[in-house]
Amino acid sequence: MFDPPMKKSVTVAAPVVRAQGLVKQFGQFRAVDGIDFTIPPGQCFGFLGPNGAGKTTTLKMLMGLADFDAGSLSVLGQALPDHARAIRARVGLVPQADNLDPDFTVRENLFMYARFFGLRRAAVADRVEALLAFSELAAKADAKVETLSGGLKRRLTIARALINDPEIVILDEPTTGLDPQVRHLIWARLSELRARGVTLVLTTHYMEEAERLCDQLVVMDHGRILDQGSPKELIQRHVESDVIELRGTVSEGLFTTLRSMSAHAERQGTAVYVYTHAPAPILEFLGDDSELTVIHRRAGLEDVFLRLTGRGLRE
Amino acid sequence: MSRSTTNRIQAKRSQASPSQASRTIWAMPRFRWAALALLERNFLVWKKLIGPAIVLNFGEPLIYLLGLGLGLGHLVGEVGGLPYLVFLASGVVASSAMTTVSFEGMYSVFTRMVPQKTYDAIMATPMDIDDIVLGESIWAALKGLLSAIAILIVAAVLGAVPGGWMAAWALPVVFLMGLAFVGPAIIMSAIAGSYDFFNYYFVLVVTPMFMLSGVFFPLDSMPHALQVGVQFLPLTHAIEIIRPLIVGQPVEHLVLHLAVLLFFALIGYFFAVAMVRRRLWV
Repeated sequence: MFDPPMKKSVTVAAPVVRAQGLVKQFGQFRAVDGIDFTIPPGQCFGFLGPNGAGKTTTLKMLMGLADFDAGSLSVLGQALPDHARAIRARVGLVPQADNLDPDFTVRENLFMYARFFGLRRAAVADRVEALLAFSELAAKADAKVETLSGGLKRRLTIARALINDPEIVILDEPTTGLDPQVRHLIWARLSELRARGVTLVLTTHYMEEAERLCDQLVVMDHGRILDQGSPKELIQRHVESDVIELRGTVSEGLFTTLRSMSAHAERQGTAVYVYTHAPAPILEFLGDDSELTVIHRRAGLEDVFLRLTGRGLRE
Repeated sequence: MSRSTTNRIQAKRSQASPSQASRTIWAMPRFRWAALALLERNFLVWKKLIGPAIVLNFGEPLIYLLGLGLGLGHLVGEVGGLPYLVFLASGVVASSAMTTVSFEGMYSVFTRMVPQKTYDAIMATPMDIDDIVLGESIWAALKGLLSAIAILIVAAVLGAVPGGWMAAWALPVVFLMGLAFVGPAIIMSAIAGSYDFFNYYFVLVVTPMFMLSGVFFPLDSMPHALQVGVQFLPLTHAIEIIRPLIVGQPVEHLVLHLAVLLFFALIGYFFAVAMVRRRLWV
């Protein structure tokens, strides 16, 4: 017997999430207002947007935890809402607010969560220990959850979301409110998961996080998708390559000159942001004006975000 | 039906339900084994606090029966042809199960549903609200059963269980009674804004049943109108079965009383599931 030779063909892997015309309405308010997106397998896919943009609602719809009023949505090839239970068996969720079980220890939380997936204790024993090591929680395995710090709780929540060996992990603002050490640890672990082929879907307010982790992003506001693409594509499409930030008193005359020299310039409080593809002449023009602090940097996602969603406060 | 009427009805229907088959909170709940996982969770937590639980289960009835049964019983003598201690013990078995189940269905369920967000975590697994409510209901009924067992043991030690082993038949009835009481309690949790809300239910529902359903004195000592009124209360029917079994007398209208308890259990479960869905579904 011999195996037939492997066909060397380029196959486009089927997307793990396919959403078309999704709408979610709360009374008269459209939290999600007709969005389309597809998430390819094995990627990190990010939802970016200000508070109230509809990101969390969208994530909840992916798990069948929120109903939708119009459109179609399928996850792992199965349609929602009919197959919500089957989909949840293959997906892990890291919610925005920790909802660990305070009556249990760290290890017990993992075992108990496995039971909710119908997994037997003996079958997940190795997995629990592996996840404790993965999240660097082994030393705290027998600690009660209520004694844990915010960072430890979040690491446990992530470990818990992996107990069913999910194909997709959905993370709603996974590093909000955490210190830089924990944030970097979580980033490293998420990259590891992605390298193993797990699809990550996350929302975040942190542009650094989105730039580091995400292969694909959608920028949402008011329930709509404003644009999508890789971080690099979005930066190229929406802002100039360089930003010169001026702090201090910028006179109206200087501001007008800067506007004429650049592609885009705007005032924000006492700062002026000058966007350009050719920073050298502007920097030269500014010289070493001792009145102003001049910061020159490459444009990033934050600039895209602010360009697309505006600088107005949301809440 | 004319064609235009049919068209109008169809138009209305498609307007009411968009392209999606939207969920409704009134969908018939399903019974699934998945509910056992929640039972397991509650048992493991309870096991950690077994000391205080046992003290509460045995200590409280002991004091009740000694204080009221012996003290008041000395003054009262016989009630309904029974020594007062026997009469009281058989009533307290039922009323204590009611109180235990109501506490569990309100304070504990509310804690897990709202401040702890335990249900939110569970809903991200293949478990549904149907499973959560079923698990909580069975768990609460089991806790009620445990309190009844404790009282029976205390009463037996005090010589207040003349029915002997026949009294054990009261236990499945206590379990069914627990299921009849847990639904309303979970409904209260699902609509409560805070713990204070439960005062209404205790004052308006639990305490009146406690006082009027025949725990402390026989129904026939009350005005006729009240005697009719208490027939609508599940505790009355529970006591009508449980007391003769503990005392060792034949049970009258057994099927009727069981049917009333079963009715409350099923209707309660249905509305409890619907109300928890209303609260937790997005």
